[in-house]
Amino acid sequence: MAIRERALLGVLILATSMAVVTTIGIVAAILVESLRFFSIIDPSSFFFGTLWSPQIAIREDQAGAAGSFGFIPLLVGTLLITLISLAVAVPMGLAIAVYLSEFASSRTRGQIKPILEILAGIPTIVYGFFALVTLSPILRDLGAELGVEVAGESALAAGLVMGMMLIPFIASLSEDALFAVPDSLRHGAIGLGSTQLEATARVIIPASLPGIAAGILLASSRAIGETMIVVMAAGIAAHLTINPLEAVTTVTVQIVTLLIGDQEFDDPKTLAAFALGLSLFALTLVLNIIALHIVKRYRQSYE
Amino acid sequence: MVTIETRDASASARAETIISAQKVNVYYGDFQALKEVSIDIRPRQVTALIGPSGCGKSTFLRCLNRMNDLILNCRVVGKLLLNGEDIHRPGFDVVDLRTHVGMVFQKPNPFPKSIYDNVAYGPRIHKMANGRSELDGMVESSLRRAGLWDEVKDKLAGLGTELSGGQQQRLCIARAIAVEPKIILMDEPCSALDPVATGRIEELIFELRRDYTIVLVTHSMQQAARTSQRTAFFHLGELLEVGDTNDIFTKPRHERTEAYITGRYG
Repeated sequence: MAIRERALLGVLILATSMAVVTTIGIVAAILVESLRFFSIIDPSSFFFGTLWSPQIAIREDQAGAAGSFGFIPLLVGTLLITLISLAVAVPMGLAIAVYLSEFASSRTRGQIKPILEILAGIPTIVYGFFALVTLSPILRDLGAELGVEVAGESALAAGLVMGMMLIPFIASLSEDALFAVPDSLRHGAIGLGSTQLEATARVIIPASLPGIAAGILLASSRAIGETMIVVMAAGIAAHLTINPLEAVTTVTVQIVTLLIGDQEFDDPKTLAAFALGLSLFALTLVLNIIALHIVKRYRQSYE
Repeated sequence: MVTIETRDASASARAETIISAQKVNVYYGDFQALKEVSIDIRPRQVTALIGPSGCGKSTFLRCLNRMNDLILNCRVVGKLLLNGEDIHRPGFDVVDLRTHVGMVFQKPNPFPKSIYDNVAYGPRIHKMANGRSELDGMVESSLRRAGLWDEVKDKLAGLGTELSGGQQQRLCIARAIAVEPKIILMDEPCSALDPVATGRIEELIFELRRDYTIVLVTHSMQQAARTSQRTAFFHLGELLEVGDTNDIFTKPRHERTEAYITGRYG
């Protein structure tokens, strides 16, 4: 092999290994720091604790400086917001996908897809800003009209806006799944006297369900890891509640909160961020693996 | 262009017509795929459509249940009468048409559902069954008529897509039969199958003609000869000759037909 080619190959291998090494390094760092955290705080009190209160000790000798690190309120807050966002994004995204894939003319599709891509490209902080300055006040006023109290920062506001963020994501993944269904199935259904709607509802969507499910899982893992929207719209207070009108907090928000400001590195409060990061990482990793597994099996079935 | 039509053996059969195509022209954009095709299809017979690739035989087949509607820029001009009714007249119920004119495709296309659900699909969407036991009966009788019942009766919950190619095609025939059509269109139903599976489908087609009118597009001269009573020869979008299968294969009128069926052309 010529020297030039060898050198180029070397560069390519180096680039690849750097990506791998970086990933391993990040996981290892999180793991090591998490283990340090769990050597101070009992893992069972972290994973099953229902009180999250990592108080900031102003003086060394202050009482309660150790804080309470119960993970459950954060998990519940995260899942609550994720569920609200999926309740918005799944029906809307699926409806868009079905329309674009099965009903729209290619001209309409060509016009609408770029709009969806723009929506997908909006930075999440813009969505967060929208939630904070526009949606939250609307919800609060609406609540006042109806006689229910809606907190200024609420799971509902964060979830609704996050749902909007996920719509193009789910629409695009679902459209791919619908598009992958061979035309022979459409013709088979139409040939049996189905209307286009019947063919879509009874044959095309069921046939693409694994792909759609995988898309929903990938969207959930994005929702779980999403930070900016919840920082701005959901709140910081760790209430253990499933009431969407109250303020809740999420795993990501607490990581941000824990790491802002001057902190000692061997403090449990700092180390707790790593334990949270590890939990978050594990959660999204499992979701992604399941999703990819479904997608792979689904692809094989049409080849 | 005048289509040569050979005399029928029995005059009474000629009086009966279930589908009548009168000067049908089909265009894909600027391309004319069918030119002035006129043909009468007899009930409870197999009519084979033969001819070289691109001759328009599949296009004509798809006119009969208006599947050409699904093709962009496809335009059909002319009259197509099903039991005397023009299937292209405005307001005609095309979904209803397809319940009377079923279709079996070139590649087996079972739905990724259970064998049972594949066959029950038509009866379900058309609400043909009152209750589960009636539906069970429809599924069984359709599978029996398609000659598949004995092979699948113990695995009705299994996926239709996991059957062999020949079984899948018979499942698709059962699925079409379950809607209780009068006419079944078959577009090269054996082209994706091995000789054994092809033999079984051909036997089945021969059986089914007692209850159904079958229009069969095929590339195989032997298949046309074995299964059909009438044969129509298409060439470059024109219907050159139509008549009793025996006559077409033993004494074709048109030199092109003779060249094609003797294998000198095609």
